[in-house]
Amino acid sequence: MTEERSGAQILVESLVRQGVEFVFGYPGGAVLPIYDALFGEERLRHILVRHEAGAAHAAEGYARSTGKPGVVLVTSGPGATNAVTGIADAFLDSIPLVVITGQVGTPLIGSDAFQEADTVGITRHCCKHNYLVKDPANLAAVIDEAFQIATTGRPGPVVIDIPKDVQIATANFPEGPVQRRNRYSPQLAGGEAEIAQAVDLIAKAKAPVFYTGGGVINSGPRASELLRELQALTKAPVTSTLMGLGAFPADHEDWLGMLGMHGTYEANWAMNQADLIICVGARFDDRVTGRLDAFAPNSTKIHIDIDRASINKTVRVDLPIIGDCATVLQQILDGWKGRKAQDLTAWKARVTEWRAKKSLSYAENPAAIPPQRAIERLFELTKAHDPIISTEVGQHQMWAAQHFHFFGPNKWLTSGGLGTMGYGLPAIIGAQLGNPGKLCIDIAGEASIQMNIQELGTATQYRLPVKIFILNNEWMGMVRQWQELTYESRYSNSYSDSLPDFVKLAQAYGWKGISIENEGQLDAGIQEMIDYDGPVIVDCRVAKDANCFPMIPSGAAHTDMLLPGDVVSGTMDDEAKALV
Amino acid sequence: MTKIEQEATERHVLMLTVDNEAGILAKIAGLFTARGYNIDSLTVSEITGDHQVSRITIVTHGPPAVIDQIRAQLERLIPVHKVVDLTEQGPYVERELALIKVVGKGEARVEALRLAEVFRARPVDTTTESFVFELTGTPEKIDSFVALMGDLGLVETARTGVVGMIRGKSST
Repeated sequence: MTEERSGAQILVESLVRQGVEFVFGYPGGAVLPIYDALFGEERLRHILVRHEAGAAHAAEGYARSTGKPGVVLVTSGPGATNAVTGIADAFLDSIPLVVITGQVGTPLIGSDAFQEADTVGITRHCCKHNYLVKDPANLAAVIDEAFQIATTGRPGPVVIDIPKDVQIATANFPEGPVQRRNRYSPQLAGGEAEIAQAVDLIAKAKAPVFYTGGGVINSGPRASELLRELQALTKAPVTSTLMGLGAFPADHEDWLGMLGMHGTYEANWAMNQADLIICVGARFDDRVTGRLDAFAPNSTKIHIDIDRASINKTVRVDLPIIGDCATVLQQILDGWKGRKAQDLTAWKARVTEWRAKKSLSYAENPAAIPPQRAIERLFELTKAHDPIISTEVGQHQMWAAQHFHFFGPNKWLTSGGLGTMGYGLPAIIGAQLGNPGKLCIDIAGEASIQMNIQELGTATQYRLPVKIFILNNEWMGMVRQWQELTYESRYSNSYSDSLPDFVKLAQAYGWKGISIENEGQLDAGIQEMIDYDGPVIVDCRVAKDANCFPMIPSGAAHTDMLLPGDVVSGTMDDEAKALV
Repeated sequence: MTKIEQEATERHVLMLTVDNEAGILAKIAGLFTARGYNIDSLTVSEITGDHQVSRITIVTHGPPAVIDQIRAQLERLIPVHKVVDLTEQGPYVERELALIKVVGKGEARVEALRLAEVFRARPVDTTTESFVFELTGTPEKIDSFVALMGDLGLVETARTGVVGMIRGKSST
């Protein structure tokens, strides 16, 4: 039996059928029919954000922490353009989103109508796929395919632009599942020959290293388990990209820490000296590789990735395996069949030497809290709660990646690819909605937090007990650090002037505000934050001049890391400046 | 001073079949722009009776690694069914059609017509002072003819860009 329904009703019904719990959105003229269809709808919960960028990031946080797709609903024109940063962010970090944007009515398209923007054109290169739906009869099939595309293969954002008249016009809406076009079917399993070759390479390697990334998280919790199983068979050390943290437990003896620009000495040296790199769901990003011609020069490279376009994009690999991380890891485990890995004692001894550099150490500061210490204490005092952590972007993000430790997937939400300041607060709101009762903390900087500060109101409205832990050093710290290293300390516009009183700001939104000014207050302040049953901003004043080390300077190789205490020159040649 | 280095490049002819949906051409052309790839020519037309599928032929050039990336990036687009690198898959035939307008009188006009015969270019329009020649062939052949007409009153050239197909009985 079929029934005539409006486009707006078809949309809402289709979202319910997809099992959507939350829609993160903001109303406006071109989505009023959809908002009317949502009125009184109890099967979906609409979360009213304060800015459309917040909607997209909140949906990302929800998706990243639950493994389910995030759904965004915004109006045409500025609603859509405000959401673009979040869409681009989800595209670079492979986060499954379905973004529904209102559009002016079809007769008005192209006429520079009020709140008209070419949303399909604007989002074309920052989403996995997009649609302009011109007939409500196509809507159900488009939504079904959009969810399939967003969540399978390499996940990503899909945009559906729906003109207002299409929301109002009616069409048949069949009861059963829609007929799918089946034009998208990503390859999940790796080729048998490649798997056999991978098993062989791994079994023969004398100095192997696992280099894992966000693909392991995206593949689902099973991939993290399988990674641990494979590692247990081979005993190879493991490093991870920023996006992959949590896939491998940070308290494991073979955990090297994060690699790359602010990665550990042992991770980067292990990559440089390895004879075999097993890349699982990572993409040889420039922040990971440093200078390409000096990257892991003597290694054979296996690259497991579901996206064929990630293979050989920046680094030539010897054995590409196109497939889903969990499926391929299972295939390798099945193919292992009692093989024996090489004795890695000599290799591990070298790793131990690199570890002895203690590259994450930092100087004590009697006058101010070292920011690394603040993160360490935050970790120690919250780890029993197995918290979900989001970050903004900058020094605090790197310190969190270095000094907060993760033991499972979906606990670490950060903007890795696009590097979007303002990501963390809305993301933690989305995560808290998807994980009620969990301790959810946004580790922020005083500059980044102001980029989507308006979302404080969203948390208040939905009674979300999220915590914001601000490392306040009164600088856009990463910008200041680069100006110090590259531009002879000419601090052009990197000082955070005219900061608000964050405690009062918290109170103004009905949050609790806590100020931490010295090390003596640190533990008590963090404990007070944990114990408070409601949203909290902690304004933690930290040393203003601390820099984030270790660091591979622009244009340098993994072996040319700057370590804490290194004397840093104040300028760089143009080539190095241009590289990053 | 830093300089931008250039790598040695190869010419490749890519054949795509795509869903004939709104924006697909913009998507493909935009991908080339956004990722810094080159388009030497691009042709597109529907190839099925129901207007559902189009065939696109793109001539591009770049270092081998970039050509490989172009293919991978194109294959990643949802409406793209397949991408065939004719240059790699070869042998293949490629053809281009050109319309060439030559204006002149007397000896030059006679010479233009004589050369057109040599190249098997057909006059498809003529006045007492002009010809429009239609010429089909490889891009090199058309280049040569256009160059010759340069001295004989060439005023306008229109070219379709390349279409191509694998030789032999197998289909791509």
